[in-house]
Amino acid sequence: MKLVTAIIKPHKLEDVKDALKEAGITGMTVDEVKGFGRQGGKTEIYRGAEYVVDLLPKVRVEAIVPDELADQVAEIIVVSARTGKIGDGKVWITTVDKLIRIRTGELGEDAV
Amino acid sequence: MKGFLVIDTGDTAWMLISTGLVLFMTPGLAFFYGGMVRAKNVLGMLMQNFFAMGLMAIIWVTIAFSLAFGNFGDGGFIGNLDFAWMRNINATTGNEAFALTIPFVLFCAYQMTFAVITPALITGATADRFKFKAYGIFIALWLVLVYAPVAHWVFGGGWLAKLGALDFAGGAVVHINAGAAALAVILVLGKRRGWPREGMHPHNLPFTLLGTGILWFGWFGFNAGSALAANGIAATAVMNTFLAASAGMIGWLLFERIKDGKPTTLGAASGAVAGLVAITPCAGYVGGMAPIIIGLIAGVLCVFAIQLKFKFGYDDSLDVIGVHLVGGLIGALLLGFFADAAVNPAVKNQGLFTGGDAKLLWFQFVASAVTLVFSFTVSFIIAKGIDKLIGLRIAEEDEFEGMDLSQHAESAYSFGSTGSMDRI
Repeated sequence: MKLVTAIIKPHKLEDVKDALKEAGITGMTVDEVKGFGRQGGKTEIYRGAEYVVDLLPKVRVEAIVPDELADQVAEIIVVSARTGKIGDGKVWITTVDKLIRIRTGELGEDAV
Repeated sequence: MKGFLVIDTGDTAWMLISTGLVLFMTPGLAFFYGGMVRAKNVLGMLMQNFFAMGLMAIIWVTIAFSLAFGNFGDGGFIGNLDFAWMRNINATTGNEAFALTIPFVLFCAYQMTFAVITPALITGATADRFKFKAYGIFIALWLVLVYAPVAHWVFGGGWLAKLGALDFAGGAVVHINAGAAALAVILVLGKRRGWPREGMHPHNLPFTLLGTGILWFGWFGFNAGSALAANGIAATAVMNTFLAASAGMIGWLLFERIKDGKPTTLGAASGAVAGLVAITPCAGYVGGMAPIIIGLIAGVLCVFAIQLKFKFGYDDSLDVIGVHLVGGLIGALLLGFFADAAVNPAVKNQGLFTGGDAKLLWFQFVASAVTLVFSFTVSFIIAKGIDKLIGLRIAEEDEFEGMDLSQHAESAYSFGSTGSMDRI
């Protein structure tokens, strides 16, 4: 099994989710995160005092998929999350050693 | 204290409403400030303002009102105890010296709302670090030792009023007074940890704008109510108040747009308040385009004034000095230029631009300077004393945790993603 993790722009979440559902992905986990990359931060001004906000809001999407689907899933995310502007985020794939479904105790790909 | 009151129902109706309007300013101020602090400190800020409505009211009728308004018109420094413990304050008899057409108890209640909001103004400067217990003791002593005498000098027919200084609704008594006290207290308190290196952003600017709206609304009672009657002077004060707030906002926004590139909502709120502060001493003494000029000048100059803290390194957290002290000074001094007997016959010396000489301007300067120095000095001594006895400031770990949890064992917001996990 592989874990596909993507950091994307928050407003692209719906597109990514819909595309993954269409491709038959049965589950995913999403959380709101902050970070920075090449995009850098934004400047906010309060009563003339400037603050650089260098951590920008992003969304992290995680899905565990069978080995043979991993590349396809990553590709779907890349296509559906792309705006072509700086700050679109990244996708990476890691290997999962073991997977257990809590309800049934199923192991491995049966638990995906 | 002899003679019967001739009650004018129109005047009384307006002053009943004005009392409510001014009281509403304190919750307005709470939200104006509360929006500007960080989320962990918002209840601490709201509490300090609301608490003033509790404690100040009781001290006011117990003793402070009498110290401010006893010996009315004596040209002196302090009142007496004629009205302490609510003695001689009722709805049927009047006090001839006051020449009121409203029940005396209503006059006391109206002035009480000023006594509530003036110490509450200080909380903006001391945000996020003033120990609640120390704050309570400070404002209690401050009301008696600073507010009551200054109110007597100006509103109570004391020596500054006799001298010829004018202050329609409290440029000196309220704004210079609170601003100078704020400066004194923060010099004893010290800076917030991390200031100015860390950005301490406002956590809820919609609160701040809501508070500004409430302040603007309540200020009609503050300024026009200070006519103590439903008459033309009150009507003029309403118009002046409105125009100065508008001009203050426009002045601040224009300047901010040029200086920083963007007009901000916080700038709009701050400019309106700066205009309102500056028009306060002038409200019933000026007319025509004067309020627009006064508001514009205040709006622009206060943008500069709030930068002074970075230059001198004092942590006036929410700019009480930059807006209230400086705005109050601007208003008090500009009255020396624009005061007009055609608007209000109480103006004995015309302003410089209304056909007079510099006499009034000099009186205004004296009143402002004396109020500033007196308030700063006594406030500093009170703050130092409390600091020695019980400590003025919260502990370092409490400051990190925030006022809400450390002072009041509550948190304002129990929602959000991971933030709420420990509360499920």
